[in-house]
Amino acid sequence: MSALVKLADVSKRYADAIALHATNLSIERGKTTILIGPSGCGKSTLLRLIIRLIEPDSGSIEFNGEPITPDTIGALRRRIGYVIQEGGLFPHLTARANVLLMARHIGKSENEMRNRLVDLCDLTRFSTTLLSRYPVELSGGQRQRVGLMRALMLSPELLLLDEPLGALDPLVRAALQKDLKEIFARLQQTALFVTHDLAEAIYFGDEIVLMHDGRVVQKGSVTDLREKPADPFVSEFINAQRGVTLT
Amino acid sequence: MNSLRPRLVRRDRSEPDGRLARRAKSGTFLPVFLILIAGVSLASAKPIVIGSKKFTESYVLGEIARRALNDANVATEHRQGMGGTIILWQALRGGQIDAYPEYTGTIAQEILRNGHQLSFQEIRDALGKFGVGMTEPLGFNNTYALVMRSSEAQRLGVRTISDLRKHPELKIGLTHEFLDRQDGWHPLRERYGLSQQSVIGIDHALGYAALANGSIDVKDAYSTDAKIEENGLVVLEDDLRFFPKYDAVFLFRSSMSPDSINALHRLEGTLDENRMIHLNMEAERTKNYTFAANLYFEDDGRSANSLGETFQHKLARWTLRHLELAGFSLLLSVIVGIPLGIFASRGGIIGHGILGFASMVQTIPSLALLALLVPLPFFGISVRTAIAALFLYGLLPIVRNTASGLQDIPRSLRESAIALGLSPATRLWQIYLPMASRSILSGIKTSAVINIGTATLAALIGAGGLGEPILSGLNLNDNVTILQGAIPAALLALVVQWLFDGLDRVLIPKGLRL
Repeated sequence: MSALVKLADVSKRYADAIALHATNLSIERGKTTILIGPSGCGKSTLLRLIIRLIEPDSGSIEFNGEPITPDTIGALRRRIGYVIQEGGLFPHLTARANVLLMARHIGKSENEMRNRLVDLCDLTRFSTTLLSRYPVELSGGQRQRVGLMRALMLSPELLLLDEPLGALDPLVRAALQKDLKEIFARLQQTALFVTHDLAEAIYFGDEIVLMHDGRVVQKGSVTDLREKPADPFVSEFINAQRGVTLT
Repeated sequence: MNSLRPRLVRRDRSEPDGRLARRAKSGTFLPVFLILIAGVSLASAKPIVIGSKKFTESYVLGEIARRALNDANVATEHRQGMGGTIILWQALRGGQIDAYPEYTGTIAQEILRNGHQLSFQEIRDALGKFGVGMTEPLGFNNTYALVMRSSEAQRLGVRTISDLRKHPELKIGLTHEFLDRQDGWHPLRERYGLSQQSVIGIDHALGYAALANGSIDVKDAYSTDAKIEENGLVVLEDDLRFFPKYDAVFLFRSSMSPDSINALHRLEGTLDENRMIHLNMEAERTKNYTFAANLYFEDDGRSANSLGETFQHKLARWTLRHLELAGFSLLLSVIVGIPLGIFASRGGIIGHGILGFASMVQTIPSLALLALLVPLPFFGISVRTAIAALFLYGLLPIVRNTASGLQDIPRSLRESAIALGLSPATRLWQIYLPMASRSILSGIKTSAVINIGTATLAALIGAGGLGEPILSGLNLNDNVTILQGAIPAALLALVVQWLFDGLDRVLIPKGLRL
C-alpha cells in the first residue's frame, strides 16, 4: 500500500499560536482517511496546507512522490478535488457552470464535458433538470452535491473534504453520507475527510487520525482508538461522543 | 457666510458654443451620439473666441465684439463670464480666447503689476511684449467706486470716501476681487485711513441685495453700473484721487487676423458713459445680453435672429454639453477607478495609499480643484479641465466600491476558486469581479449622479453645460433663469439613476439578483 500524500515535519504557526506542530502523516491510496478532533485542533490547517491555501513554515509535503511547491501546485490542484461546507459554489454561476468551470478553463471539449456531467449527475444522484439553477435556488444538500461534482469533474486522484456535511440537517446529512460512501467505494477514491463528528468518522473511516492542539494524537482504526488509546485524550474524546453515536 | 456659496457658484459663466449649437439645431442631440459629437466638435477648426468677465458690462461688451466680428464675416463665438482678470488674461495668453474687454487701470495694476501710474502708450508697449494688442479707449471710464444707500449717506452726512473715517461702525461688503486687488481695498484703506472692522467678501450682484436690506452699508461698484441708479445708491467721491483711470479697451492676441483686429478698432471711441449705462440697464432689464449689444448697433432687436437662440436650442446645447462633461469624466473614472479599486482591495501600503488619495481628492472643494487645475499647462480654461476635475471627483465612489465589493467576497469562495486551480486572471475576471459587480455598479451610479450635479460647476471655467443658466440667473438675480438650468440638471440626475437601475439588470449576473 503506497502513500499518495506524505507530510514530513510539516508545521504551521500563526502570529502567536502554533496551528500545527511538526507533523508526519501519510494518506494511503484508495482509502478514506478521516481527520477528526475538536475545533482548533489543526485538522483544517492540515488540509489547507496540502492544497497550499496556506504555506507551511517548515517540512515538506509530497504528492505521488513529488514535492508540492508553489511552482508545482498549479498543475497539482487539477489532480486534487476540494469540497467545503455548503459546497463553496459561486453564486453568479449556474450549477452547470460551477461544475464545468475548471474543465472549460483548461479547454476540454464540449462533448467530453457533457458526457462527464451526465455521469456525475448519475453518480451524485443530482437531477440534470436542476443544472440550470443558480446556487440560491438549490437546497443545502443539492448545493453540496454540486460542490462534489465540481470537485470530481477532472477525476482527481485525491479528494479533500473539509466538514462537507456540517451545515446540513440530520436527514439530508444521513442521505448524503450514504451516497458519499458509495461514491468513494465506486471510484476507489483516495479521500481525506475532515469532521468533528465521531459517528461520521466511524461510518466513513478506513483510517482515523485523531488530532488535538495541533498534533496527531493517534492514527488507526476506530477499534484501535477505543481499545488501545495512545493518550488519555483519545478515551476522553471517544467517550464524550459515545452517548450520541452508540445509542 | 451664506454669501460665500452663491459666490462660489457664480465666479463666471460661459455662453454659446456655436459648433454644438449648430449640431443641436440639426436635431442630432441624442445622448447616444454624445461621444462622437464631442470628438468631432473638439476637432473642428477654431473660430475667434471672445471672452468676458463675470459682470453685465463685460458680457455686453463681449457680445458687441462678437457682433462686430460677425458683421466683418469672421466666425466668432463668445464665452461669457469666464471669471476674473487673471483667468481671462491667462486664457488670452494661452490662446483659449482671442480677445476680451478690459480696463486700463486693471491692466496696469493687475496684469502688469506696476506700482506707479502708466501712460496709455506705456501700457500698450508692455502688452506688446506678451504678443497682446490693445485698442484705443472705447469711450467711457468705468472706474471703481464705493457706494452707499442715498438715504443713509444723507443721514450720516457722508459725501466722500474720506467722510467714512467718521463712521467706523459702517459694515463694508466687497467683491473678492476688490478685496485682493493691488488697487483695491487694502491700499484704499491705508490711503484714506479707514478703520471699519466689519469687512466681508460678497458677490457683486448679491452685494446689492445685501446693501438694500441693510446687511452691509458700503460696497464697491463700477461707475457705469446700472444698479447704482436703480437701487437708489450714491457714489462716494474719491476725494484723494485714489482710483486710477479705468478706460474700457479690448485686449486681443496680435496674431489674430487683420480683419478681426480692424473690426475691434472700429469700436474705439464709440461708447460714452451714458450709453454704456443705458446698455447695462437694458441688459439687466431684458436679461438678454445679445439684445443689449444689438442696441449698440442701433438694431431694435426685434428680429428673431438678433434675439439669439430659442430656449429649446439653448436647452439642447446646455444638456448636450452637460452630458458630454459628465459622460466623458465618468468613462475615465470607470476606466481608471476599477483597476485602482482592484489594487486597493489587496490592502497593504499601496491599497491604503490609493483609498487615501481618492478620499483626499474628494475633500478638496470643487471650485478649489478647478482653480488648481486651471494654471497647469494642457488644462487652462477649457472643457478638458472640467472633465479632469469631474473625473477626479468620480474616482472615489468607484475605487471604494470596487475595493469593498472584492473584499466582501467570503474567504471560503476565494479559496474555492484558488483550490480549483483557476489562474489569477481567470479568478479575477470570472469569479471576483462578477461577484463584486453589484457593489461596483452602485459605485459607478453614485459617481454618475455626483458628476451630473458637479458638472454644473464646469460653467465656472467656461466649459458650459446646465451650470450656464444657473450662473447667469444668479448674476441677474433671476430665479427663472436659475431654474432653467437647475430643473433639467435634477431631471438628468433622475434619468441617469433610472438608466443605471436598468443597467443593473443587464450587468449584474442573474444568480446574484435572485
